[in-house]
Amino acid sequence: MGKPTRVTNRIRALRFAAGEMTQADLADRVGVTRQTVIAIEQGRYSPSLEMAFQIARAFNVPLDDVFQYPKEK
Amino acid sequence: MPFEEKITWVNAVVTVVVPIAYFAIMLGRLGDTSAADIAYQKPLLIAIGASIVLTIIGAILTGIGSGISAELRGRRAEDEIDRKDERDKTISRHGDLIGYYVASAGMVGVLALTMLEYEYFWIANTLYLSFVVATLVASVVKLVAYHRGF
Repeated sequence: MGKPTRVTNRIRALRFAAGEMTQADLADRVGVTRQTVIAIEQGRYSPSLEMAFQIARAFNVPLDDVFQYPKEK
Repeated sequence: MPFEEKITWVNAVVTVVVPIAYFAIMLGRLGDTSAADIAYQKPLLIAIGASIVLTIIGAILTGIGSGISAELRGRRAEDEIDRKDERDKTISRHGDLIGYYVASAGMVGVLALTMLEYEYFWIANTLYLSFVVATLVASVVKLVAYHRGF
């Protein structure tokens, strides 16, 4: 299927830091399905820029605290 | 499982079951009648109608089931059923695009049969088969995308 994404994320760590927020809670806040949160968390799906901002806003942190992109070697 | 994935399963099952029944009947008739004499029109229209009706009924039942299941888990039914996000839409578009390519290839076959002046029976049934295979491929691509990532 789609090319594996190089975007990494800290969603899992941020969920636990935010009082063990569940994937379902995060999905409700962002307005997506729980399966989409799981896919993003596991790096199987790269969200749109808009959804990425919504996720960052759900944790009240800047975007690059949630998503990282490796530098070219 | 996202609601859209459940609906894709309904589509896939209907797309397999109805055409199998239809083609089984047609192949049975081909055994003792020439293609030109087979009255395929009515069964074909019934098969198309049955696919539409069964898909709608399947979607309604899936919606009811998902709603009840959501309420039992303490979630709102609307959150379970109405929520279609960008990933669902991307997967749907991707599957439909692949299905379109398959249908296009089938259309080339239909065009060839028409140019070679085959019986209407073969032309109509190849056309139907093309749509069936295209729909099935689209559904399978979507289901694989849901599971392997997209």
